[in-house]
Amino acid sequence: MSKEKKLYNSKPFDSWKLAKELRANHYREIAESRTDAGKKLLIGGGTESMIGLPAGLGDYVFFGGEPYAASFSAGDPQGAIECMEATESFGLARDLCSYFRNYVGSLLLDRYYFGGPFPKADFYLQTHFCDTHAKWYQLVSEKVGVPYHSTDLLPYRWDETEDGKKQKVEYLTGQLLDAIDWMVKTTGRVYEDELLIQAVKNEFRCTSLWAQCAVLNQNVPAAMDEKSMYSFYILAVLIRHRPEAVRFYEILLDEMKDRVANHIAAVPTERFRLLHDSQPPWYALHIFRYLEKFGVACVGANYEYGLSGGWDYKEGEYLRPAVPPQDRGVPLKTREDACRALAQWWLDYHLLARGIRFSGPGKNNLIVQTIKDWNCDGLMIHLNRGCEGLATGQMEVRLALTEAGIPVMTYEGNVGDPREFDEPRTLARIDAFMESVGLDIIED
Amino acid sequence: MAVAISTLDKIKDIVQNRHEYAKEWKARTGRKVLGVFCTYVPEEIAYAAGMLPVRLLGSHEPQDVTEPYLFGMFCPFSRDVLAQGLKGRYDYLNGIAASHTCMHINQSFESWSLHLPVERSLFVSMPSHVQSPRARPFLTAQLELFKTQLEEWTGKTITDEDLDRAIDVYNTNRRLMWDVYNLRKSANPPITGLETMYVALAEQMMDKEEHNQLLRELLEELKTRKLDRNPGARLMIVGSEDDDTEFLKMVENVGATIVVDDHCTGTRYFWNEVECIGDNRLESLANRYLDRSPCPNRDWPARRRFPLIGQMVKDFGVQGVIIIQQKFCDPHEADIPALTAFLKKGGIPTLFLEFDVTVPVGQFRIRVEAFLETIGQEDLF
Repeated sequence: MSKEKKLYNSKPFDSWKLAKELRANHYREIAESRTDAGKKLLIGGGTESMIGLPAGLGDYVFFGGEPYAASFSAGDPQGAIECMEATESFGLARDLCSYFRNYVGSLLLDRYYFGGPFPKADFYLQTHFCDTHAKWYQLVSEKVGVPYHSTDLLPYRWDETEDGKKQKVEYLTGQLLDAIDWMVKTTGRVYEDELLIQAVKNEFRCTSLWAQCAVLNQNVPAAMDEKSMYSFYILAVLIRHRPEAVRFYEILLDEMKDRVANHIAAVPTERFRLLHDSQPPWYALHIFRYLEKFGVACVGANYEYGLSGGWDYKEGEYLRPAVPPQDRGVPLKTREDACRALAQWWLDYHLLARGIRFSGPGKNNLIVQTIKDWNCDGLMIHLNRGCEGLATGQMEVRLALTEAGIPVMTYEGNVGDPREFDEPRTLARIDAFMESVGLDIIED
Repeated sequence: MAVAISTLDKIKDIVQNRHEYAKEWKARTGRKVLGVFCTYVPEEIAYAAGMLPVRLLGSHEPQDVTEPYLFGMFCPFSRDVLAQGLKGRYDYLNGIAASHTCMHINQSFESWSLHLPVERSLFVSMPSHVQSPRARPFLTAQLELFKTQLEEWTGKTITDEDLDRAIDVYNTNRRLMWDVYNLRKSANPPITGLETMYVALAEQMMDKEEHNQLLRELLEELKTRKLDRNPGARLMIVGSEDDDTEFLKMVENVGATIVVDDHCTGTRYFWNEVECIGDNRLESLANRYLDRSPCPNRDWPARRRFPLIGQMVKDFGVQGVIIIQQKFCDPHEADIPALTAFLKKGGIPTLFLEFDVTVPVGQFRIRVEAFLETIGQEDLF
């Protein structure tokens, strides 16, 4: 990458406003589900989960804990601290997942970040995506006093055998079918398989579309920057099973194509490209704006690119958006078809889930490939004390990149707990890293 | 003060010189030694392959060798284990095996595989949803894969007879361990918690047949053993991995006896037998590992761990529980509020202590003494 100072055309995203509206609508819907006027089934759980599986029950809204906690930390850091303190008083350790602590703290304080009392779900449905997830909603369901069910997402290892893959697909498919039976028994509702089939089709389409948007960011200059991406990726996280999310990503993809064709940059002074690793410190997103002062564009992360899956990867060969099953002629006519396709989609294409559980050369090589494909000059690793899953293997990634001669910097922090972030120190580390790669602040 | 008994001395010696034991076994038998990262690895299959599975443990020494490989926020035990490998203390291992248990120890396994020379690194995808009926056929199939990998490595078929023998040896070992533990139900146990910890640790490092022999000798000696000490308060330790002998020694020197435990290197290792049903040995093994005393990472959606702890409290006459919480361990930490509430409801006071590679024994002593005073309050009045 040239260190010459550049100036590209730039403009804000047209899609940004729609993204914000959809997100706000979702959280409003959650709050209204507890009122007489807006009453509907409210299901709580992790969004790295089977949020579309309840679709067959009819009208419902899924309240995902992780993005909620992220919103709280980003929008009200002091409030987030109060949630953490409430959780600590309750007896939970300070080093636990900070999304978990923020969410539980909200519950204990009966404070919903988006206003009003904390919405308590009719039941909790979770996927054991990391070591904390199933335990999180076990505790919450006991506190709220409602039923709880969880499934186990056991990803492929990076070197999984074909037999191992088949076994894991069977295991997950069976659990999804059992989860549906459990929901029917718990709610007493009739389950319509056609609604499930539509929901999973939306999920496949949504996550594939977002991956296509992410691929367009390989372009130089990058059309999207890290901070903008946080407003875009979140809809796949929150409502990927719903048609409005699919429509959003179709609109965003069109806009991305237009921006790429017209060389519209997210960072007009882009001259150095970084990939980020792990979630950001949500309460301190301005560090990405600080990077821009050096002409550095943070062009993506395995986190927001991969959080909802949708990546077809073969080591050393390709990393590309996965093709939705409905476009490949995979039958999606029955409940079992839908559950099997969903299980296969997650296991085949959810690389982030794989990287949360399994590190080593497989994960290292994925990060190296991402850096190459996205034309990055280096990696910025958030050594994130608030999320063990995303922190898995980070030091080995750092070692692998260092050995490959790729510049890498680390900074310590916490995705959701502002008390564990030292901003002056982080900015100093950025300054030192910039000096090491020969970049100085661009004068206005 | 306990009168030294020769079998306990032998056992303690093996624990303190674990590497020498394994090297001597390897030289004597000419067979392979397999380092095991967690109690969810189905050791019976490795034993049936003629190997010696040894549980990898830390050394409780401060270290800085793992920093380049493993972020400091991962559990101290997993870093201590990796440190032993990086320092060359386990250089006699032929291979290593892990099962899908937690992200922390998995990373130690991955880093070990990447940086340290071993003939094989084997992984069993142990399901976390052990309460699901889907877990049984899944784990059975996984154990078939594990067996095949061991056969390919050793060049030797593991027969049904090999598996039967291994299961029998392991089940015998478990029963003998129960016999030792059952002695601790008495008002004046003939064996301390510290001594039992050595027995349990030796179990995880030794050839099971050799350990069985020592257990038989020990049980014979314990028949007439009388400890010259006041047992004091009857305590239970609950937590994740714990092999901190210095801590136990301190607790039992200030007026208590640890009479039972629920933790990874204690009863969770041996508490459940393999019940052979039909001809499918691997299915029987899968059942055992799914139904065993669960790690919190596997104890959902229903809680099965707490009733088991409650039963142990009752059976062993426990008066108080020390929760030994390994720092950074999310699954165990997430259980703490519910566990303390459960025990409080049953009238059992708890003391929470956070553990690291080394512990502040002096400070912990003060807290333990205060805890013992609260347990003894009813006696005062």
